Amino acid sequence: MDIFGISSQALFGQLLLGLVNGSFYAILSLGLAVIFGLLNIINFSHGTLYMFGAFVALLGLNHLGMNYWVALVVAPAVVGLLGVVIERSMLKRLYQLDHLYGLLLTFGLVLIGEGIFRYFFGVSGASYAVPESLRGGVDLGFMFMPLYRGWVVAAALVVCFVTWWVIERTPLGATLRAATEKPLLVQALGINVPVLVTTTFGAGVALAAFAGVLAAPIVQVSPGMGANLIIVVFAVVVIGGMGSIAGSIVTGLGLGLIEGLTKLVYPAGSAVVIFVVMIIVLLFRPAGLFGKQA
Amino acid sequence: MDSSIAATAASPLSARPTRRWGWGWVALVALGLVLPFVVSPIFVMKVLCFALFASAFNLLLGFAGLLSFGHAAFFGGAAYVCAALSKCVGLTPELAILGGAIFAAGLGAIFGALSIRRAGIYLTMITLALAQLVFFLAVQLPLTGGEDGLQGVPRGKLFGLIDLADDHTMYFFVFAVFCAGFWLIHRTIHSPFGQVLSAIRANAPRAISLGYDVARYKLLAFVLSATIAGVAGAMKALVFQLASLTDVDWHMSGEVVLMTLLGGLGTIFGPAVGAFTIVALQNELADKVGPWVSVIMGVIFVVCVLAFRRGLVGELMALRGSRRETMNERTNRTANAL
Repeated sequence: MDIFGISSQALFGQLLLGLVNGSFYAILSLGLAVIFGLLNIINFSHGTLYMFGAFVALLGLNHLGMNYWVALVVAPAVVGLLGVVIERSMLKRLYQLDHLYGLLLTFGLVLIGEGIFRYFFGVSGASYAVPESLRGGVDLGFMFMPLYRGWVVAAALVVCFVTWWVIERTPLGATLRAATEKPLLVQALGINVPVLVTTTFGAGVALAAFAGVLAAPIVQVSPGMGANLIIVVFAVVVIGGMGSIAGSIVTGLGLGLIEGLTKLVYPAGSAVVIFVVMIIVLLFRPAGLFGKQA
Repeated sequence: MDSSIAATAASPLSARPTRRWGWGWVALVALGLVLPFVVSPIFVMKVLCFALFASAFNLLLGFAGLLSFGHAAFFGGAAYVCAALSKCVGLTPELAILGGAIFAAGLGAIFGALSIRRAGIYLTMITLALAQLVFFLAVQLPLTGGEDGLQGVPRGKLFGLIDLADDHTMYFFVFAVFCAGFWLIHRTIHSPFGQVLSAIRANAPRAISLGYDVARYKLLAFVLSATIAGVAGAMKALVFQLASLTDVDWHMSGEVVLMTLLGGLGTIFGPAVGAFTIVALQNELADKVGPWVSVIMGVIFVVCVLAFRRGLVGELMALRGSRRETMNERTNRTANAL
């Protein structure tokens, strides 16, 4: 079956790959947006913590025999705790200052994290085997779907939906949104805002680590995997705007699809297409697709 | 409380015009003339290139309050253009550098026009993404030599007359360009234009209500900063006879932020001091600790942000300021007692 001279296997295969990438964009930009909402800090180290997540899974498997499913829980927990330490020891000192200091501090953390991992694991890193139960694939008629890719998209959608639900539909989320708007007032109502802030940061980076474990079997687990991704995610955030949780998810997935399609039509452009989309959005809708004009 | 990023810097620069820095300038020029005979001229040239780069960056962050994380694109882009003009077209070095600077100015106009549509943190992310776009172009375009970069770039003859192959001759050319660039930045900061930039940084709504076209001022600051960063990058390409992907990589954008922050945001000499410190550190540490250099840079970053936001020069000035204050207090007390 051909569509515009492109076999349906190639078309849907690339679209699926695009959705997989889009899933990572969605989870990471979601985390960035949640953290930015409450802490007013853009976490540059988000990509590095994503890389940490992947390495926790890899090291756990190699040294402790920790299987993939356990890693999916353990890595976010470990990285979330690390996030709590980072927030308590460093970030909390910056809340009174310009947002840009948060970005600079977390950029310093990127250099530290990447440097340490590069020392121990080299530039190239190692690969992580696809878990036994998710190997192979299914024939859907119009395409052959590798099971693991399907699983990544499904898992990402569930995680995104749960995050959206918690923030938009639960009392906890309501408190969180209130604290985003008026932290002092919420504090006056007897809610411990600093604890809320710390927890949010921990949860946000735990999301990044979860994405890291999901990514481990499809990308090479290497010290540089986070930095390259985070710059694209920044572009995604600029395109979508950080105003809406659902907006982050939709933008992330949509851009992944666009990237996948570009790979099919004009492979050389796939690395830059998201930046080009960003330029177009800035020209015609400077506030971003889901953003409010500041 | 003014918590804006440049507010930590030594405040009103305008209050004390150029005369305050008179001795600083003399010392700087004297140091520049003697230094290449004491240490390796290549090292000093590297410092000068990065000092100019950081000073250009500081013009944007320290005075206009705009944090660009994409300055590597101007620095590296100009390095590529200059290298190509010198190597493939055979232009003389001053024309090659001019070509690099014009390219950087154009790039700066594009980056500026796009990024000032958003403020604060978004502006930073936009510049970073645009610089990454330039990086990918540098990887993919056939002209740039991909992973190898442009190697063996000839330094050429200055004005077609003076051969720059000798390191000392090259040094004095680089030093002259550095002084010109540094002086231009200094003049810009103390010009009415620079004052308006500071006003915009301190209180943009007020600047708008006073009738200033804020977007135009920001854009102009962007172009100027990019152009001078481009001159620095173009010179670096001639000094090392190499333009490579390292020059356009995002680490380079981070490095220039670190130099400026460490030296002292919004101070005249801070970025140069920061550039010297970082380049010297990297030179010293590179063979000893290898990959840990990145970790050390990261630690310096974190320490600067947490505890040392005024930077080396800023702290020094604050120290002098506070001493002057205590002396004033003492004088006052004496006066009161009398």
